[in-house]
Amino acid sequence: MGRLADSLAGVLKSLNAWVDERIDLSGIRELIRHKVVPVHRHTVWYYFGGMTLFLFIIQVLTGILLLLYYRPSAEEAFESVQFIVTEVEFGWLIRSIHTWSANLLVATMMIHLFSVYFTQAYRKPREITWISGMSLFGIFLFFGFSGYLLPWNELAYFATKVGTDVAGQVPVVGHLMARILRGGDDVTGATLSRFYGFHVAILPLLTTAILGLHLFLVQKQGMSVPPEIERSGQPLRTMPFVPSFLLRDLVGWLSALAVLGALAAYFPWELGVKADPFAPAPAGIRPEWYFMYMFQTLKYIPAKIGPIDGEVVGVLGFGLGGLFLLLVPFLDRKTARGEKSPLFFWIGVGIVTYIVVLSVLGYVAPGGK
Amino acid sequence: MRGAWILLAPALLAGSVLFVGSQVAAQKLPEGNACIDCHQGIGDPRVTPPAEKFPQDIHLSKGILCQDCHGGDPKSFDPQGSMNPAKGFIGKPKHQAIPQLCGKCHSNASYMKKFNPTIRVDQVQEYFTSVHGKKLREGDQKVATCISCHDVHKIRAIKDQQAWTYPVKVVDTCGRCHGDAKYMQGYKIATDVVEKYKTSIHYESLTKKGDLSAPTCNVCHGNHGATPPGVDSVANVCGTCHSLTADLFNKSPHKKAFAAIGLAPCVTCHSNHDVMKTTDTMVGTDEKAVCVNCHDPKSPGYQKAAAIRASLDELRGAVQRAGAILDRAEHAGMEVSQAKFELRGASDSLLKTRATVHLIDPAAIKTLTDEGIQIANKMHAKGVKVMEDLTFRHRGLWISVGIILVAIVGLVLKIREIDRRQA
Repeated sequence: MGRLADSLAGVLKSLNAWVDERIDLSGIRELIRHKVVPVHRHTVWYYFGGMTLFLFIIQVLTGILLLLYYRPSAEEAFESVQFIVTEVEFGWLIRSIHTWSANLLVATMMIHLFSVYFTQAYRKPREITWISGMSLFGIFLFFGFSGYLLPWNELAYFATKVGTDVAGQVPVVGHLMARILRGGDDVTGATLSRFYGFHVAILPLLTTAILGLHLFLVQKQGMSVPPEIERSGQPLRTMPFVPSFLLRDLVGWLSALAVLGALAAYFPWELGVKADPFAPAPAGIRPEWYFMYMFQTLKYIPAKIGPIDGEVVGVLGFGLGGLFLLLVPFLDRKTARGEKSPLFFWIGVGIVTYIVVLSVLGYVAPGGK
Repeated sequence: MRGAWILLAPALLAGSVLFVGSQVAAQKLPEGNACIDCHQGIGDPRVTPPAEKFPQDIHLSKGILCQDCHGGDPKSFDPQGSMNPAKGFIGKPKHQAIPQLCGKCHSNASYMKKFNPTIRVDQVQEYFTSVHGKKLREGDQKVATCISCHDVHKIRAIKDQQAWTYPVKVVDTCGRCHGDAKYMQGYKIATDVVEKYKTSIHYESLTKKGDLSAPTCNVCHGNHGATPPGVDSVANVCGTCHSLTADLFNKSPHKKAFAAIGLAPCVTCHSNHDVMKTTDTMVGTDEKAVCVNCHDPKSPGYQKAAAIRASLDELRGAVQRAGAILDRAEHAGMEVSQAKFELRGASDSLLKTRATVHLIDPAAIKTLTDEGIQIANKMHAKGVKVMEDLTFRHRGLWISVGIILVAIVGLVLKIREIDRRQA
């Protein structure tokens, strides 16, 4: 055993030397050697960025495997997914992990986003990191929206109809947006092809570019320390990124893998029935959980608010909310000056409470199930 | 809270009155019509009903008014003038005269085509072929005429949901006479038919499932030519809807046998008014089976009944077994929709077998049930495989979780060791 380990270490050492001779790896080695992670009572939140990245890697790998069998047409999409989960060896596992992982990814991404918000890590000099992160958040939501339609089942079909209808409410460009999304006036096979294109080509391309920038900035600027820790004046403890933080990250990733496996084995993602555009919308049409708060809000908004359609007001509200979050590093001047910023803290609390309450109402309120 | 209800009550009452009022005031009565003005204004309950009911009558919507049936002069407000026999006034028509009175227009093809080019004009002619019509001609004053079934002064289109002739209301329209033992005294016909019909699968389909094509009285007996179907014609009546079953029956040995002993087809086994939902237990040799009513245990018919029932039970059992395991798999979250779809083939075989029972041919039935059993067994095997897959997944998961846990423990120990070294 010991001899095997010694010979393996020898091979690795030679390989390292071979690569180093051709590409100078000293810079990377230096970065790894010196990269540290601050240790304080909010350190736990640092793990959610890595967890999101891990789940994204799972998405890419399982997505590539699904691509081998999936057929993106209204005639074949449902049957191909059915084939994947019933006939392809471990197809059920790959599809379930892809779907569950997508949901966990959005959850960890939301935790990451709001932990960054509440620890005010968006402040100078990390404005670009925040904007790239917010962009990734928007892209992943669109990943979820486009992926939801791909099995071409009844629930997804009608939820996409509702979702694209909502997009159509955006003032001025709404109609054009809805047409671009649908590839026509209604949700058809053209929409499916289009969403497939978004899901497997356009969005991955955008993600690769923006995620690259995001990770580069995180490496370049290091982890942000919350202002309250900085203000306390106590000496800041750190731990080396390699191996201490990375090994802890690995524990989280392995735990996530176990959770994903359990979800896939005990709660395989339902396929439902094939979409029939001529059938009436079934009861219980609802979007994915992360769009539920918007869906529920639109239900509560009256049909008309003054001369404006209620849905338009709702869509504008969400647009402004998103814009506020995107621009928060520039709006929160107090944090930028190193002062306490209770207003933005309470706005954040309000946003989180709103999302949680409306999402819960979406599932428990009468007519919400 | 109670106070709020008290406040709401008048509003609800007013709303209800307005709603009902809006239903009644369907049409406006013409002004300056002596018949209507007098019958409305006279205040005597013996003469006001026609004017009260008439706003909901289809004739009013077509511009046909009182004088078109009763004669007289509606422009004259002097009773001597408006109700003058010289001006064609006939007053309340006699019971026997009603079919001809309605037929004056309804049997006139060129007149009726003005309102509806496809409307029937043979109702009166057909009426006199019915038991009602024949008895009316014999001077019976109690039998139904046009207004007994269509109402009077409030006659509605047959498609109107409130019409007495609307499918779901027909049984009560006929039942007003045929369900009244006192009224029907002397006719020597059963008066429990309405109650019996209301327990039938036909009535259930009509009223609970909303299937307006389900038979009610007039579908089997005819409407204007209403008459009880004879022994010879029952199969034709039922066969109007159940054509496949009727064909099979006509090819079966029962056809001749029933005719020979004077048994009416269909109703001998299924009854007439209280036709129940059929079950497999109707066939066979046990107590509930109708076959044993005629076949004794030594007869070949008895053996056939037993064989047919055995085939039915075998197929039904196979379909249920396959369905149960696929349901279990589905509840466990497994994808079995294709298998469930294919199992429909076996259910279809069961359906076909149930119809083919009327052929009384055990060999033909066995061929059908064998096909279905083959499909059901195949789907059951799929279900078993899916459940085995489920067990494999759960085992696989726990093995993987075990490996992951060992890796996590190893990592935690390593982290501690590094932390200790760094401290």
